[in-house]
Amino acid sequence: MNEKTVTFIVDGKEIKARPEQTIMKACDEAGVYIPRLCAFKDLSPFGSCRVCTVKVNGRPQAACTQPVGEGIVVESQTAEIQQIRRNIIDMLFVEGNHFCMFCEKSGNCELQAMAYRLGILAPKFPYMFPVRGVDASHPDIFIDWNRCILCARCIRTSCEIDGKNAYGFIGRGPHKRVATNSSAGLKGTDADVSDKAPANCPVGSLMYKRIGYAVPIGCRLYDKNPIGSDIEMKKTT
Amino acid sequence: MQKPKIATASLAGCFGCHMSLLDIDDRILKLIDLVDFDKSPVDDIKEFTGRCLVGLIEGGCCNEENVRVLQEFRKHCDILISVGDCAIDGGLPALRNGIPLKECLTEAYITGPTVYNPSGKIPSDSEIPLLLDRIYPCHEVVKIDYYLPGCPPPADTLWQALTALLSGKPIDLPYELIKYD
Amino acid sequence: MTAYNETIVKDICRRFGNERSRMMDVVKEVQTSFGHVPNEAMDAIARALSCPRVEVQSLVSFYAFLTERPKGNIIIRLCDDVIDRMQGFDRIADAFKEELGIGIGETTTDGKITLEATPCIGMCDQAPAALINDVIVTNLTKDAAREIVAGLREHGDPQRLVKRLGDGNNAHELVRAMVVNNVRRKGDVIFGEGKPSDGLKNALAMSPVEVIRAVKTSRLRGRGGAGFPTGIKWEFTRAAKDETRYVICNADEGEPGTFKDRVILTEKADLLFEGMTIAGYAIGAQAGILYLRAEYVYLRPYLEHALAERRKSGLLGNKILGHAGFNYDIRIQMGAGAYICGEETSLISSAEGFRGDPKTRPPFPAQKGYMGHPSAVNNVETLCCVTRILERGAGWYAQMGSNGTSGTKLLSVSGDCKIPGVYEIPFGITLKEFLAMAGAEDAAAVQVGGPSGQMVGPAEFNRIICYDDLATGGAIMVFGPQRDLLWVVSRFMEFFVEESCGYCTPCRVGNVLLRRKIEEVRAGKCDPAAIAYLEDLGQTVKIASRCGLGQTSANPVLTTLKNFRPLYTARMKENEAGMQMTFDISAAVRDAEIIAGRKSANF
Ligand SMILES: Cc1cc2nc3c(=O)[nH]c(=O)nc-3n(C[C@H](O)[C@H](O)[C@H](O)COP(=O)(O)O)c2cc1C
Ligand code: SF4
Ligand code: SF4
Ligand code: FES
Ligand code: FES
Repeated sequence: MNEKTVTFIVDGKEIKARPEQTIMKACDEAGVYIPRLCAFKDLSPFGSCRVCTVKVNGRPQAACTQPVGEGIVVESQTAEIQQIRRNIIDMLFVEGNHFCMFCEKSGNCELQAMAYRLGILAPKFPYMFPVRGVDASHPDIFIDWNRCILCARCIRTSCEIDGKNAYGFIGRGPHKRVATNSSAGLKGTDADVSDKAPANCPVGSLMYKRIGYAVPIGCRLYDKNPIGSDIEMKKTT
Repeated sequence: MQKPKIATASLAGCFGCHMSLLDIDDRILKLIDLVDFDKSPVDDIKEFTGRCLVGLIEGGCCNEENVRVLQEFRKHCDILISVGDCAIDGGLPALRNGIPLKECLTEAYITGPTVYNPSGKIPSDSEIPLLLDRIYPCHEVVKIDYYLPGCPPPADTLWQALTALLSGKPIDLPYELIKYD
Repeated sequence: MTAYNETIVKDICRRFGNERSRMMDVVKEVQTSFGHVPNEAMDAIARALSCPRVEVQSLVSFYAFLTERPKGNIIIRLCDDVIDRMQGFDRIADAFKEELGIGIGETTTDGKITLEATPCIGMCDQAPAALINDVIVTNLTKDAAREIVAGLREHGDPQRLVKRLGDGNNAHELVRAMVVNNVRRKGDVIFGEGKPSDGLKNALAMSPVEVIRAVKTSRLRGRGGAGFPTGIKWEFTRAAKDETRYVICNADEGEPGTFKDRVILTEKADLLFEGMTIAGYAIGAQAGILYLRAEYVYLRPYLEHALAERRKSGLLGNKILGHAGFNYDIRIQMGAGAYICGEETSLISSAEGFRGDPKTRPPFPAQKGYMGHPSAVNNVETLCCVTRILERGAGWYAQMGSNGTSGTKLLSVSGDCKIPGVYEIPFGITLKEFLAMAGAEDAAAVQVGGPSGQMVGPAEFNRIICYDDLATGGAIMVFGPQRDLLWVVSRFMEFFVEESCGYCTPCRVGNVLLRRKIEEVRAGKCDPAAIAYLEDLGQTVKIASRCGLGQTSANPVLTTLKNFRPLYTARMKENEAGMQMTFDISAAVRDAEIIAGRKSANF
């Protein structure tokens, strides 16, 4: 190897990485999965969901934005961190209205899959049952705000991959939500069915119309294998 | 020795979770060996005959009757389990949670496109339990000890949970048996 | 107020060079013209600044003082901070509501006056207070409220409500505010003696590296709350490779209970601007930005004037004090109502014309700050200390204060004390000594550092005010034995819920959940398990949040759980029957009872 490398420790395992990598990227390459929702392979890091929280030399950091460093000691699968991750997933469930039983994304949903992976049977926090709407104005795409987790994957995909700016955040704090780049809603934007943005939404919030429930139960993405298995599979190679 | 007793109830649910319990197929015979059913739609016993080890609750609380039944279950059961998404998060009925009750009833009985109601009134009979302002997940009304999610939860989930409890072990479901749909 | 007119919007944009980064200023002026930022204006601004429309809406919808919907020409914003509430907010609010015939959040039917509530406006020492457009009114009474409404109805000019002017520069013709300074104790640094411009002259006689060394020798640490060593921050900023660098002064002062920067800005503006200039010289910056919170806009004309005077005297501009190659100027960036913008990276986002979202670190502002260039962000008081350090020497400064912490600190005290106001004290005194100064000997609890700090009780009053023990950005809120501390906690949580930017999950959702649980505890509806729930939830918010707001927002809960646990347990009861005490069946069936016209048969 002629490139410069740094070596660091994750949960007792030694990992080599390139100095410009984030902890998450380096761990992915080494077959160590760190749970995540807002981080996505082809998009710039964002750091909003905090599911990837780890401790770096004892200090909490988001693995998706924190760069590696020579000799750092990263804790990821500790009881404390796993509990924090479960709490964050619980928060996302109670913040919105996630009725998985009729959701088109069920089985392929990353939020649901993360809850499965972390063994969550029911959120410990009270449901907020917020009143949120749906934007079905566009012929091929819809937004169901009930399920949005504010990860900005649609915003980033539209800008970084689709070369558009169809979405953005408005409001602040608990009133924050995704909005479209037009006062007329989705139909007023240049979003179209060839966009990648709906495909990159982790949940059933930004979706292509008319392709729900296409895959039978049992054959969906996370029916058999937990989210992150693809990364962990690399361990053996 | 007396067998431990199980009670079940369907509150604001569709009986899907009870169907799933019956879906344990021939294992139901083993279950009968292990337990007696007390108050339950399965045996049509209407009132508790004594203390139960386990109560299985399907559905959330949408009316005062649901609340009464649930509270009674809490009083009679050592272990109370929310079975299925409706019990856990209200499920489909909870779609009305953002809508004021008056609007729901008006649309359902007066203005809805398929409604035929010449009286133009929302029915009110003392036999009809009063609706709550919204659907309440069971654990908002009483303490719940375990949750078995799914719509309905897979039969294997119910079987594993019950057998674990009956043998005094903690419920530890494998990945494939935790489902929210 | 004018009807919508696209030419006006275009003109405003042009005046700011159609610069995307000046969107805050553009939007504020558009709002001044039309009373709100209409839908069409957002499209027009987007076209002029060549950015997506949603970015304009994103900004407008973020700030409390910007609005997409029409409001009255006059907006009355009542400060509803805990201190104001303790001093009669409810009575005053009722008087305003009665006189105006509207509730909070509403506009009078003639469309002229809007009544709102707003978090701490930095006037806790003269509460209850309110902001009427740009004008501050203090020490409100019911009668004053009635007079205000009558006056506004009659002449519609908030400035005419100011009948008597405050002390010092509050009476300056460019300020004309009824605000009083309440400076109770002058120390040797901020309120010490000194000769104007000596600090700057001394600095320019040294090399920038020597200036930084002097600041390091003084052991000055940031006064904005985090306490980072100023010299080291400057060293990093100077070391970052770039041609362009910025000095940013953080005058967002939004932490409830903090109002010491207000007094500095009023009385010591030149001390501050001199410090900003020294900082510019030290780090090699060409420009400085004073980020001023919207609530302090009444000080802006005066501050602009002070800057203009400095330009005239050669203290800003090209070749400052004849020093070839040192060209530096300062501009003021107004905020628009967002506590989060006091967080340095949010402040930078805001100054760049975006919503005030914090930025991902690294890179730190010292590496990539304003517009991507290395920037040193410092608090108002910190920069004033710098001037004195250069004026009177690092050694002089370093020998003041305690072992670990050099210098003096401005504390702003409010609440249940006899002498609220601003005190310049040497670091190293105990909280108890300080409370005696402020006439707060019988305090039952003291919130040190504002809601994001800690609530301490008498058992901790012997602790020392310094960075290594009781650190504070300046707020000391005193609560007497008659106060319900859990009520205080719940108000603080309400503040954080509303002020979270919403970027990250734990802060956006966690604070809402904490507030809810505290309310349940207060209502006596919890069993002892609620303590573990609050601790677990609070820790998650603290550990996993992305910026300093979320990392400290659980402190009201966590520090009272630590120091005042009996307050919690006293309101809890065992729950053997297993019924949820939070479930209220009579409330749940009430709607149905009304609709059916009969009472529940079951309950
Ligand atoms: C939510 C939040 C609000 C803050 N508000 C202020 C403020 O109003 N004024 C301030 O100087 N620093 C504030 N800070 C601290 C700044 O981020 C930063 O540390 C400080 O301005 C640096 O200056 P100093 O080193 O001179 O203290 C705040 C931090 C957070 C997290
Ligand atoms: S988005 Fe995911 S978690 Fe939400 S309802 Fe759909 S499947 Fe469930
Ligand atoms: S719509 Fe989907 S991708 Fe966009 S922020 Fe919401 S959850 Fe994320
Ligand atoms: S994956 Fe890192 S914060 Fe979301
Ligand atoms: S009836 Fe079982 S989940 Fe709905």
